[in-house]
Amino acid sequence: MNPVEVQNLTVAYQKKPVLKNVSFTVPEGKLIGIIGPNGAGKSTLIKAVLGMIPKATGEVRVYDKLYRAKERVVGYVPQRGSVDWDFPTNALDVVLMGRYGHIGWFKRPGKKDKELALNCLEKVGMQEYATRQISQLSGGQQQRVFLARALAQDAKIYFMDEPFVGVDAATERAIIELLNELKQQGKTVLVVHHDLQTVKDYFDHVILLNINVIAEGPTEDTFTLKNLHQTYGGTLAFLEKGDILVGQK
Amino acid sequence: MSYEAWILIVGSLAGICCGITGCFLILRRLAMLADAISHTVLLGMVLAFLISQSLNGFYMLIGAAAIGVLTAVFVQLLHSSGIQEDASIGVVFTFLFAVGVILLSLYADHVHLDVDHALMGEITFVPWDLVKWGFLPELPKAFLMLTTVLIINLLIIILFYKELKITSFDPQMAAAIGVPVLLIHYILMGMVSMTTVASFDSVGAILVVAMLIAPGASAYLLTDKLNIMLIMSALLGVAAAIIGYYLASWLDVSISGSMATVNGVIFAIFFFFAPHKGVLSKRWSQRKLKLT
Amino acid sequence: MDDVIKISLADANTQWVLLGTILLGISSGVLGSIALLRKQSLIGDAVAHASLPGICVTFLLLGEKSLFPLLIGAAISGLLATFCIQAISSYSIIKEDTAIGLVLSVFFGLGIVLLTKVSQSSVGNKSGLNDFIFGQAAALVGSDVKLMAGAAALLTVITWLLFKELKVLTFDPEFAKGLGLPTKLLNFVFLTLLVSAIVVGIQAVGVILMAAMLITPAISARYWTDSLARMIVLSGVFGAISGVFGTIFSTFGTGLATGPFIVVTATFIFFISLLFAPERGLLTKWVKRLRLNKRLQHELVLRKEGKSYQ
Repeated sequence: MNPVEVQNLTVAYQKKPVLKNVSFTVPEGKLIGIIGPNGAGKSTLIKAVLGMIPKATGEVRVYDKLYRAKERVVGYVPQRGSVDWDFPTNALDVVLMGRYGHIGWFKRPGKKDKELALNCLEKVGMQEYATRQISQLSGGQQQRVFLARALAQDAKIYFMDEPFVGVDAATERAIIELLNELKQQGKTVLVVHHDLQTVKDYFDHVILLNINVIAEGPTEDTFTLKNLHQTYGGTLAFLEKGDILVGQK
Repeated sequence: MSYEAWILIVGSLAGICCGITGCFLILRRLAMLADAISHTVLLGMVLAFLISQSLNGFYMLIGAAAIGVLTAVFVQLLHSSGIQEDASIGVVFTFLFAVGVILLSLYADHVHLDVDHALMGEITFVPWDLVKWGFLPELPKAFLMLTTVLIINLLIIILFYKELKITSFDPQMAAAIGVPVLLIHYILMGMVSMTTVASFDSVGAILVVAMLIAPGASAYLLTDKLNIMLIMSALLGVAAAIIGYYLASWLDVSISGSMATVNGVIFAIFFFFAPHKGVLSKRWSQRKLKLT
Repeated sequence: MDDVIKISLADANTQWVLLGTILLGISSGVLGSIALLRKQSLIGDAVAHASLPGICVTFLLLGEKSLFPLLIGAAISGLLATFCIQAISSYSIIKEDTAIGLVLSVFFGLGIVLLTKVSQSSVGNKSGLNDFIFGQAAALVGSDVKLMAGAAALLTVITWLLFKELKVLTFDPEFAKGLGLPTKLLNFVFLTLLVSAIVVGIQAVGVILMAAMLITPAISARYWTDSLARMIVLSGVFGAISGVFGTIFSTFGTGLATGPFIVVTATFIFFISLLFAPERGLLTKWVKRLRLNKRLQHELVLRKEGKSYQ
């Protein structure tokens, strides 16, 4: 039983297809990188899988069932720029939002939810900022709060949209530690990522995407020069000098 | 000239004045600031009346332009102190308008400047409100004011065309090459204020917003070129004024309200049927794409 | 002046009116703060203006000025206006601010057209329809106020019940979708609440100044707190205070509209918040910076002196 199975997914804004016939299967308990150039449809892929934007064709199965957000097996970390950080709320409150799906309509978060949320903040090293207004957090700290919120969702599969963008080195390390911890707990984590340098260090499995899936599979077999050339086209030329690829030393 | 002709001329002049000014407001996303100014000029007119104790159009223009620019300055100040822009506009215009209404009901009760009139305009009286300027024969005041403002607006647009264009398109780049972006902004706000006052008698404070925004928005759906958009907007403004007048006299209703409504109807037509940018035309071309 | 207040407050009708404006202040303050955070304040302005044709049509159909159907009519045309704004800004290249201004002025124009029809029609008692433009709380009677009280209370309770959902929807709509919340339905529910708060408030403040009741108390409240719950409560309180003082001031003269006075009071509260609020007030910030500078200078002098002793 695979955590996520996508078949023939096509998404179009106006006339242009942003994703075309995308199919892939995600193995359980792995860290999976979704890699591709700008405009390849990486964020769109996540949103379409989670049912946030309409699909033109295709279907998404989560643990062999057609996906419905209500089942709460999936946690989501959106891009940090997607919200108004001046919103009147503090870090703990944002993390508590991750519990809303479990709490249900009309009810308020209780003591247990608060403890759990504090626990999640601790896991990302943010417990001392629990009552801090969110606009007074640094970019990296805001990203950690978002991660803690996803943890509070207590899901089996996590989707993260560019969690490493605009964060400091300490946060990047904290995030990757957390991802590994989640993996050890048997959770599946999909991360949209664009830093090719770190791909082979971070991920077990990659999906190379540019409107279609170019290649997918275990990192050591898939993250090759040939596949990257196909994904990035001419823009890859300057990257070849570095030793980013598997088996290129 | 006949009574009807004067109304049509004044309405058309207001349509041209508002139409050309409105294009820039739409492109610069200042529609709501213009809405705010059209309300606050009421305070400017009341203050001008209280200070000069006369209803001279010249003082009114000055007072309104001053308060109009002041509104833009206040909004800018609040915005730069960290308040989101829509809220800054909302706080400033409601306050200044409220003060205007209070002053009006306290001190200027029995003058021509009554609130209903200021809000809704009364174009029917325009042909009778005559004044004599210099060597000219006696002409309707609204006609003279609108002509003056139209000339000023046209001069500004012709003289500063490329500055207006670049500051509307890319203000940061404009600032980088040394165009005084803020000055251009306040000049435009001054134009809006004067246009509003001059159109006050014919259409009133709130409906002037329809005349400012609707023709420009319709023209925006028809063309991609700024100069053509300006001309189309002026033409549509005139068309709405004329159709609005005849519709109003046919149905026996408020002329200014009818002009605003016709403006809305014209926009609705282009919203659906404009070539290329209309909703239905877009759908049609999509269908053709699918068939081929 | 005390006597005037006492006399006017002793009057039973004035008490009803005061109760009415307090409740309106609360409901518009509460929903206004969410609208503010959703950047929908000016949509509120458009809804208020756009309620005029609804009011006129209802009056022309019924031929009498009874509050409940008028409010329903106002709400329908208000909702229609929000629908038009969303349609224009999502299906064409017209930006949202232009769409708001356009819908606002055209609906209001249509309202004026219908208003002239109303004043020509021979049916019933049409006096007071004009009050909708500037708000005349003094014209409220007991039964009106009871209706408003019910509506305002209902709105506040629904907002309280949906607080958690509205909060996450406002802060992070994508995440709310990811949680499986029916975001489209919630958006519609919120807009309906907002439109209801507006049409109920129009009685006291009038269509033109209604925007102030949504924006000014909310933005003032934002200065005093970083918690959404407290901001909403404070905004309701500020709205209520504005309602009370505005109503009292407007009773000093005869025939004065209540709306402008309520708005001026609300703006006064805003100025106080802008200047003196702890943490965020401009004056408070300035004094703090001054103190910090002084301390730093002092430390600098001490250090220099310390060095010179060595």
